[in-house]
Amino acid sequence: MSVEFEYGIFGLTAKIAGDIDHHAAAEMRIMIDGELERAMPDLLILDMSGVTFMDSSGVGLVLGRVRTMKQWEGKVKIAEPSARAAKILKMSGLEPMITRKPFGKEKRA
Amino acid sequence: MKNTSNYMKITIPGYSKNEGLARMCAAAFAAQLDPTVEEISDIKAAVSEAVTNCIVHGYRDTIGDIDMKMKIVGEDTLYIKITDKGIGIENVEQAMQPLFTTCPEGERAGLGFAVMESFTDKLRVKSTPGKGTSVTMIKQVQRRG
Repeated sequence: MSVEFEYGIFGLTAKIAGDIDHHAAAEMRIMIDGELERAMPDLLILDMSGVTFMDSSGVGLVLGRVRTMKQWEGKVKIAEPSARAAKILKMSGLEPMITRKPFGKEKRA
Repeated sequence: MKNTSNYMKITIPGYSKNEGLARMCAAAFAAQLDPTVEEISDIKAAVSEAVTNCIVHGYRDTIGDIDMKMKIVGEDTLYIKITDKGIGIENVEQAMQPLFTTCPEGERAGLGFAVMESFTDKLRVKSTPGKGTSVTMIKQVQRRG
């Protein structure tokens, strides 16, 4: 399990890798909220391309970060979810949060 | 007549780190049915939800034992029974409603039973308040080839 942070022109990307279950989500939540409360970005992009397993704890993790970001009217998007992450996100009705644009990876000319 | 061709029983203490252990055991046992990668992942997710319920709801602020029994009936049917001796569920029907949770502060989405239901073929929940809860899931693994 790991969370890596990257600041891009649109906001903060948190790249989540590994299994997201109740156990891992508790640690991820602390790591991500720590970074968010320091930086207070307008946009948080949860890059879920490296998620190898996910249960409904991943949905709780996403919705919890939506709540954190709301404190300063920030938004949350999900980028490139792996097949497993996408399956759970879709059955939970979170599909509209998935963005196809490669947020945070743009390079300035 | 369909016979039980193999079975497994494990007991683990309800530490959250054991959620991963439970689903790996379930996946390893299910592997003998030659499931697809997707089926294995579905089984892992369903087991993960059931075990998390035992930890988060059944035992809440305590640590108790979680039993997981698995068996294969006939050639393609997997039974998984996960039992705790925790606080039980007062109203099972309500608990199974999507988005219902007793633990919002723990960021529980209330989707545990919904995942178990949609990723297995049959879900049965029995609970006695003060005595514990058992969840039985039946998964038909598709025969291939």
